[in-house]
Amino acid sequence: MSDATFLEFVVFFSAAVMILGGAIGVITMKNPVHAALGLVLTLFGVAVQFVAMQAHFLAAVQVIVYAGAIVVLFLFVIMLLGVDESMDLSIEPIPIQRPLAAVMAVGLVGLVGAAIVRARDALIIAPGDGIATAADAGTHDANIKQLATNLYGDHVFAFQLTSVLLIVAVAGTVLLTRKWPKDAADTESSDA
Amino acid sequence: MIAVIEPTWYLLLAAMLFGIGAFGLMVRRNPLIMFMCVELMLNAANLTFVAMATRLNDINGQTAVFFVLVVAAAEVVVGLGILVSILRRRPGATADDLAELKG
Repeated sequence: MSDATFLEFVVFFSAAVMILGGAIGVITMKNPVHAALGLVLTLFGVAVQFVAMQAHFLAAVQVIVYAGAIVVLFLFVIMLLGVDESMDLSIEPIPIQRPLAAVMAVGLVGLVGAAIVRARDALIIAPGDGIATAADAGTHDANIKQLATNLYGDHVFAFQLTSVLLIVAVAGTVLLTRKWPKDAADTESSDA
Repeated sequence: MIAVIEPTWYLLLAAMLFGIGAFGLMVRRNPLIMFMCVELMLNAANLTFVAMATRLNDINGQTAVFFVLVVAAAEVVVGLGILVSILRRRPGATADDLAELKG
């Protein structure tokens, strides 16, 4: 085993530990702030895996958009609502919910894992210049250039639609969270 | 240059991540944590997309991840907006209390 291969294994397994540890942290932490920090750990692990798979642009976007924007949004909401007190995880509203959920999750992973292992040799790596990498192309921005050509060429209509989606999402959120003066007065009187 | 580690490993890792996210979504009652679990599942899908893009040598998989990112951002914005407006009226509401939305 060469040094480079050994290094790739070290990177893969340490990032895998980060991902799974963070994910388990998200679902077991009592405090939502700690769960959000577990989510950050998972997202960074996924970014490391993206780098290992030569998807450099996606790794950068993963860190900026997910770990930057989305987790900060989560933390903002946690702080804004003051729901950062610990929750009692021993309460189980539906009696057999947890064993049932565990059986479902394990079954899901088992089935998908079995399918992956069985299909291991079904897909061959296609030859040719499918994905440009920095080592092959000689430039450091080969991945970004190829992704941009694909995004603004083949998928330009879908790209335009995402801007519509974002506008709709922002407008909808402003409408949802706005305090309407008359409405607010109604709820105040009905709550009192 | 193709990564030395087989894409199968990445797919298995993504399957485990998806399973953890699905378990958390079914078990946790705090709506915020449930959103985080949805994010975990979306990340598992992203990992699968990039692994298959590497395996099939096709850049379209990486473009798909880009779109997933945009949709995830929009989903979080709308979801947290709904959550803020609910929790403003009923502090400490859990997912079970949201049945009050009906009728």
